Amino acid sequence: MLEAIGAESFEELIAPVPEQLRLSGLLDLGPPRSEYEIARTLEAWAARNHHGGAYRAFLGAGSYDHFVPAAVDHLSFRSEFYTAYTPYQAEVGQGTLTTIFEFQSMMSELTGMDLANASLYDGATALAEAALLAAAAGPRSRIAVAGPMHPHYVQVLTTLCRGQGIEVVCDPAADGLVDRGWLRDVLGDCAAVAAQSPNFHGLVEDLSGVFAEARDRGARAIHVFEPHALALYRTPGEMGADLAVGEGLSLGSPPSFGGPALGLFAARQEFVRQVPGRLIGETVDRNGARAFVMTLRTREQDIRRERATSNICTNQGLLALRATIYLSLMGPKGMRDVAEQCLERAHYAAERLGALPGFRLRHRAPFFHEFVLECPRPAREIVSGCRAAGVIPGIPLERFGAGHQATLLHVCVTEKHLRDDIEALVQAVGEAARG
Amino acid sequence: MAENLIFERSHPGTRGTLLSALDVPARGLEALVPQDLARQAPLGLPEVSEPVVVRHFTNLSYLNHHVDKDFYPLGSCTMKYNPKVNDRMAALPGFSLLHPMTPVEGVQGALALIVHLERALAEITGLPAVSLQPAAGAQGELTAMLVARAYHADRGEDRDEVLIPDSAHGTNPASVRMAGMKAVEIKSNARGRLDPEVVQNALGPRTAAMMITNPNTVGVFEPNIEKVAAAAHEAGALMYLDGANMNALVGLARPGAMGFDMMHLNLHKTFSTPHGGGGPGAGPIAVREDLRPYLPVPAVVEENGVYRLDDDRPQSIGRMHGFFGNFGVLVRALTYILSLGAPGLREVSRNAILNANYLLSRLRESYDLKYPGPCMHEFVLSATRQKKQGVRAADISKRLLDFGFHAPTTYFPLIVEEALMIEPTESETRGTLDRFAEAMITIAREAAEDPEQVKSAPHTTPVIRPDEARAARRLRLRWTPEDEDR
Repeated sequence: MLEAIGAESFEELIAPVPEQLRLSGLLDLGPPRSEYEIARTLEAWAARNHHGGAYRAFLGAGSYDHFVPAAVDHLSFRSEFYTAYTPYQAEVGQGTLTTIFEFQSMMSELTGMDLANASLYDGATALAEAALLAAAAGPRSRIAVAGPMHPHYVQVLTTLCRGQGIEVVCDPAADGLVDRGWLRDVLGDCAAVAAQSPNFHGLVEDLSGVFAEARDRGARAIHVFEPHALALYRTPGEMGADLAVGEGLSLGSPPSFGGPALGLFAARQEFVRQVPGRLIGETVDRNGARAFVMTLRTREQDIRRERATSNICTNQGLLALRATIYLSLMGPKGMRDVAEQCLERAHYAAERLGALPGFRLRHRAPFFHEFVLECPRPAREIVSGCRAAGVIPGIPLERFGAGHQATLLHVCVTEKHLRDDIEALVQAVGEAARG
Repeated sequence: MAENLIFERSHPGTRGTLLSALDVPARGLEALVPQDLARQAPLGLPEVSEPVVVRHFTNLSYLNHHVDKDFYPLGSCTMKYNPKVNDRMAALPGFSLLHPMTPVEGVQGALALIVHLERALAEITGLPAVSLQPAAGAQGELTAMLVARAYHADRGEDRDEVLIPDSAHGTNPASVRMAGMKAVEIKSNARGRLDPEVVQNALGPRTAAMMITNPNTVGVFEPNIEKVAAAAHEAGALMYLDGANMNALVGLARPGAMGFDMMHLNLHKTFSTPHGGGGPGAGPIAVREDLRPYLPVPAVVEENGVYRLDDDRPQSIGRMHGFFGNFGVLVRALTYILSLGAPGLREVSRNAILNANYLLSRLRESYDLKYPGPCMHEFVLSATRQKKQGVRAADISKRLLDFGFHAPTTYFPLIVEEALMIEPTESETRGTLDRFAEAMITIAREAAEDPEQVKSAPHTTPVIRPDEARAARRLRLRWTPEDEDR
């Protein structure tokens, strides 16, 4: 090679790198290792984790474990999708472009919104992008978070807003549903109101009134939704949201310790030129055949640089593909079945757990597939008391910050929890409470 | 294009999957979902069987170019081969089925992996404090810019300008703006490099940081990097490295030693995790020790072999991701680092540089090179000669598709006219490089002798030159049932 290049030595090629900057020896990273050796190491680490395949886990709060049909893995692992990149050359990227167009169509359909983008990093960053979009119109520089919102979403929102001098205000007493009185007081100088339903406590709320009031007072309405819930409940579009965001990981992808995730972003038509991230549009090719391309590219960072609507460069393509395959397999009936089963199973579990001595449900409002349980002792003790039975009964709310009562346990039930799982849960929690 | 949309294959009543029967007492939707909360519109998803779904997506997949098929010399994107063992490791149930809010004693293996990867990246970059939370390179840039702001604010300094060369990736200025700061453009010199004097003059009391890509986007190492870093530090600014081009440096030189205080890494580039059709990637950042307190929360801390999550970091910029970033990508990257070990990683940059220089030597005669001399892991050709023959860089890119290759990055960097940015990576054999070189030489000859052949390319792809102007003018971002009737 060197001869063909016309260089005496490799060092000649890297001559511009000052010698004192070059590593003289090897990095301290050990020798090359065989696949088998690596598998031994990583399998040992993986085996230390209490995962959903080995435990009966009733964990939700932003990451939901739904069944993934085999065809999703089979198709999404195809090299053609898996080892391609951003379809910069539309002629050899129609596979990816078409699936993203289908993804956008499905997201629009699911949310009842006019349009959806090709996805963002995760639900929390999607919320932050929606807030920044709303605030970019100026001059208002506050974002109101109404009702119980996932604390991590609020934290990411706060981090990304602070950079641009935008203040996030939350209802400090949020417990249950949106407090309209609190909202009325702060709304005056807010660029947007964000509300979650089903919310962090699992409760479902009709946000139409909240959103109408927001718009009357000159603020944008942002709905943080849960995709499976939309098979049963009023959509962001039906409730009058301007922007709708959510976490789409549960649509055909495993929890994977929280990522890679799938940020869902949908909007009303009037915001199309402010949308962050990639948009795929339909067109025709030179011969008049239908084709798909990346469109409205002048919003994006590689063209518009510091005037771009966001700095995002990729989407979560593979996760969007998985969601598209998943939703194709489920169809309207399957999505509704999953949602109904989540609903029924969660209510059955809630009823049984709430009937245990000393336990009660924290809230009375309608809920979807998660709820907050008040325990007769600290929730973390209930969780450790269940471990020997192979049950993880939920998340102690205090893990989300010191502001939460120690006795509150956040429980999630999906279609994957069959009756014997729920019976095991009830028994383990009951025994853990007795100590 | 022959493949219909999945919506167009829908038959009412068909379904692709079946659920277990409900085995708990049913209370019924009427009881559980009050009417005013219920979805009003029908859910217009396609109704198709599993075989239809499998054929549809399989047929769509045939329309993609991808690394497992052939050469993908997309400059700045490092389209190297993705070893399959990476995916097997990420799919281990202990990782893939792990819920992020599992009690901390039940995630010790995941946290161990995070800490091991943090340490490996610290060793590779020479910057000791690492956060794996950023989900992509652009998010790493933003995270670091927020760290820079917090750092200066803590020192009572009001700095809101970031110097960025005109050759930089578009994400750089966009990330700076998202962090609430201003991008100040620095002109490259006639050799496509930073001019220390120009940098010196731009630095001032408002400069928070300088963002540099090194090797830069022209594919050359900044020879004055130490001088530039010293000047930036003298002015009180932080030096940031856009690590997109780390494939040229891994195992060869450490950014920490060059005077960089902070950087991001693209795990989907340098560390071989699959690009997935445009994500997921991962964009960890590595910073100087005294910047550690500003990194995102939660941090993973090890005490006597036990790992815990630490949220109590008052100086932290806060949380950047709903959970811990793109964990599945982290598993793949650590697998890659373990596979190669130190000697293998050094071979990565060596072979990437050798491959790029070899390809450059084969193309030097047929195309112009704005900035001559050896390159690092990539190089930028200029189709100025072909432009005079009526053939643009974009035409050459399209013609390459007929030869079964992906095109280079086209019209970037902005400082090179008719740019074709080529990054072969270390994965390619000399045989592949030769085939690609022959194609490029053939196209150059066609441009001179039969320019129409190039200008009307591609000739063999599933679709040909889709009308982008029409897509933007007659915006159609979704399928609707009315489309059936068209």
